Amino acid sequence: MSVTLLYWSLTISHWLLLAAMFCCLIRLVRGPRAQDRVLAFDALYVSAMLFLLSLGIATRSPFYFDAALVIALLGFVSTAALSKFLMRGEVIE
Amino acid sequence: MSRVLPYPALAASLLLMWFLLNGFSLGHLVLGAAIALFATWAMVSLQPAKPRVRSWGAVLRLLGLVSVDVLRSNIAVARLILSPNSAQARSGFIPIELTLRDKTGLAVLACALTATPGTAWVEYRSRQNILLLHVLDVGDEQDWIDLIKQRYEPLLLEIFE
Amino acid sequence: MSDPTALPLWAAILISAFLLIGSGLTLLGAIGLLKFGSFYRRLHAPTLGTTFGAGGILIASIIFSLFSQTRPFLHELLISVFVTVTTPVTLMLLSRAALFRDRTEKNEDVPPFRG
Repeated sequence: MSVTLLYWSLTISHWLLLAAMFCCLIRLVRGPRAQDRVLAFDALYVSAMLFLLSLGIATRSPFYFDAALVIALLGFVSTAALSKFLMRGEVIE
Repeated sequence: MSRVLPYPALAASLLLMWFLLNGFSLGHLVLGAAIALFATWAMVSLQPAKPRVRSWGAVLRLLGLVSVDVLRSNIAVARLILSPNSAQARSGFIPIELTLRDKTGLAVLACALTATPGTAWVEYRSRQNILLLHVLDVGDEQDWIDLIKQRYEPLLLEIFE
Repeated sequence: MSDPTALPLWAAILISAFLLIGSGLTLLGAIGLLKFGSFYRRLHAPTLGTTFGAGGILIASIIFSLFSQTRPFLHELLISVFVTVTTPVTLMLLSRAALFRDRTEKNEDVPPFRG
């Protein structure tokens, strides 16, 4: 009973997160301006990280956790660098 | 003591993080301690202002207040997204004059406001001490000013000043 | 207890509830990102996913690893602390950049710079 429940909730949440990533992707492509794309990218990596975490629950493998942590770290740094770039036109002053 | 270990709390939390990531063993204790030490020495050259927390009870109260507000505004924004006429919601910038001056307190306020869906800290003019807040669904402007001036700011003043 | 059938029913219900709430909120945030009309309004949408969206899935993951014991459950705390600290910082940086760009292009709908 608990296995089927967990199986279905994991499947549904996978699809929900995939749909979320798809929405972010559409905003990333549509723009219209650079800051909208960076914002969409920010939301995209967060939902990708959550997708990996729920994948980690589904497969009972601890490796997805590390991948999620790396995505979170790299996503933060790249968004910060991109917004710095939008403000000044260069990353390192 | 203060030259070898300038930020003991930071070093301890870094070491704890290392253990969480790698599991506990003697080798990881040595490696994690070395990394924590080097990181705190690097922090010295950045010279951050040392925040002094005056009241831990107020910190807990603030934490509870912010989580309740985040939950409430999560529901409000989710409802706004689901409703078909979300374009009618009037969003706008609200300038708010602050009495809080402490940098750490301002940083905490900024994080709390931006983490809440529905409000975003957009700009802070340090000379006039005015905060520019962007609100998704304004309604009554005075409500938002009251939220900051009467809900958050007294606690932050109690903690940091 | 790595056998999944050993998971008690109440834990499975709890995990499923948190998973669905978390992923549902993340999806709502993404829909808001798509639906809202201007950049500053879109700025509010992803925080749905990063506060209680991420929180729900991380709590589900913590409960699950408490029972399955394949890894220490405190791992998830690292990610949740990291996400709650970094998201406001990136959003603030981004909104300041957007404000700066709008002001240099002299857009009408942003407040002017004073002081």
